Amino acid sequence: MKTKDLIITLIICSGFLTIWEFSCRFFNIAPFILPAPSSIITVFFFNYDLLLFNSMVTFSEIVLGIVFSLIFSVPLALFMYLCPAAERSLSPFLIASQAIPVFALAPLLVIWFGYGITGKVVMASLIIFFPVTVNLLEGFKSCETEYINMFKTMGAGSMDIILHLLWPWALPGFFTGLKIGVSVATIGAVIGEWVGAQKGLGALMIQANARLEVDMLFAAIACLTLMGLFLWKSAGFIEKKVIKWK
Amino acid sequence: MLSIENLSKTFDKMKVFEDFSIKIENNSFHVLTGPSGCGKTTFFNILMGNTSKDKGTIFWQGEKIDHLGSIAAFMQQKDLLLPWLSLFENAMLPVRFGSSGYSTQRVKCRELFNFMGIGGFETFFPSRVSGGMKKRCALARTLMFNRDVILLDEPLSSLDTLRRYDMYSLLLSLQQKFGKTILMITHDIDEALLLADRLTLVTNMPMKRKQTFSSFPQKPRIFSDSKLTRLKEEVLANLEGTSAI
Repeated sequence: MKTKDLIITLIICSGFLTIWEFSCRFFNIAPFILPAPSSIITVFFFNYDLLLFNSMVTFSEIVLGIVFSLIFSVPLALFMYLCPAAERSLSPFLIASQAIPVFALAPLLVIWFGYGITGKVVMASLIIFFPVTVNLLEGFKSCETEYINMFKTMGAGSMDIILHLLWPWALPGFFTGLKIGVSVATIGAVIGEWVGAQKGLGALMIQANARLEVDMLFAAIACLTLMGLFLWKSAGFIEKKVIKWK
Repeated sequence: MLSIENLSKTFDKMKVFEDFSIKIENNSFHVLTGPSGCGKTTFFNILMGNTSKDKGTIFWQGEKIDHLGSIAAFMQQKDLLLPWLSLFENAMLPVRFGSSGYSTQRVKCRELFNFMGIGGFETFFPSRVSGGMKKRCALARTLMFNRDVILLDEPLSSLDTLRRYDMYSLLLSLQQKFGKTILMITHDIDEALLLADRLTLVTNMPMKRKQTFSSFPQKPRIFSDSKLTRLKEEVLANLEGTSAI
């Protein structure tokens, strides 16, 4: 981000927080309805260890979810590209998987995988899986036949074509999918924690909600937002490092 | 000699060529011209083995072959440079998948870059250079195939007039230096007249050989040459009756 853009973003954020703070004080809004930013920051300050621990749990679930989903989505997208019949057969299942609300799956995953980390990782990876697979597949498909023919004329084998042509060609699509995936991955992990977990930001939110600790709830939401931003920025950073030619 | 005999191809009941035959002398610059959409690109794709033929025979140096896949290098209208590779890496691609020594070919590629006027731009990505430089790089890559025959499918069509003239002299000097058998498709009659040792006019679909011109003035040619002007009139007169170019 350029310095100018950063300054504009900071001005917008500060303006928003100032209006929020003054509104809470001016309209005397009850803290259990809408706590002022200052009280949320206080919660951050006094409970940073609790928030950090639970953030790390959720973060680990998301990162493992990303890794887990990539293990399946990359080969599947390649398989669907190389075998159009498989694409035609599997596409309806892929789309159907997106039609099922994640909320509906969460209780099932708790039954199948218990209250541990596995269910949350599966939940996060399910959310990331679709955008990565679809965008990567579209990336592979956008490679023009002329390039493939040229590689064949050069004597390149199937593996050469995949590694030196199709994969780099599809990389921009892959990163588009990954950025979409990581920015919504927090949803999967948190929903998994809401349904059944002892640790993680979702579990912390459920506990804070039961105690009407709305400031803690907001602190957890802020942690999730920062986490989503960090993941999105990280994916963008890696994209810039990998796709140097753009 | 490259000889193509009685080539036929039908797409969805549409005859692209019917018994199309052509002979290309070794180390000659043979230009093929005709109306747009008459099937010239399909012809090249069949020659390269990218598209199957219905009928016909291809002979290279008297020997019957299926296609020119391992004998010819094909430069298309698009430069087909890979955006993630530098110009030099793009030009070296055929060596990467080929069997010839990488280090020797690197030296050759560097020399080629200097000869073609793109020396010093080896590390540049294609997105950072002009259209003319991209074409030169694509041409360098075509030469790095180390094949006896070069097929050029309207390779200069996307360039402006100045860059095009620049490329004409480059193509001629490359042919002189490497002595390749070149078969080029173009819609540009002037381009054909400046470059060709032989010029074949083809008809609209089904593509058939209409006439071959072989008596051209010495290269390099200039348009003010009266013989070239007469030839141009003759070519244009022959093209009448086929579709617009």
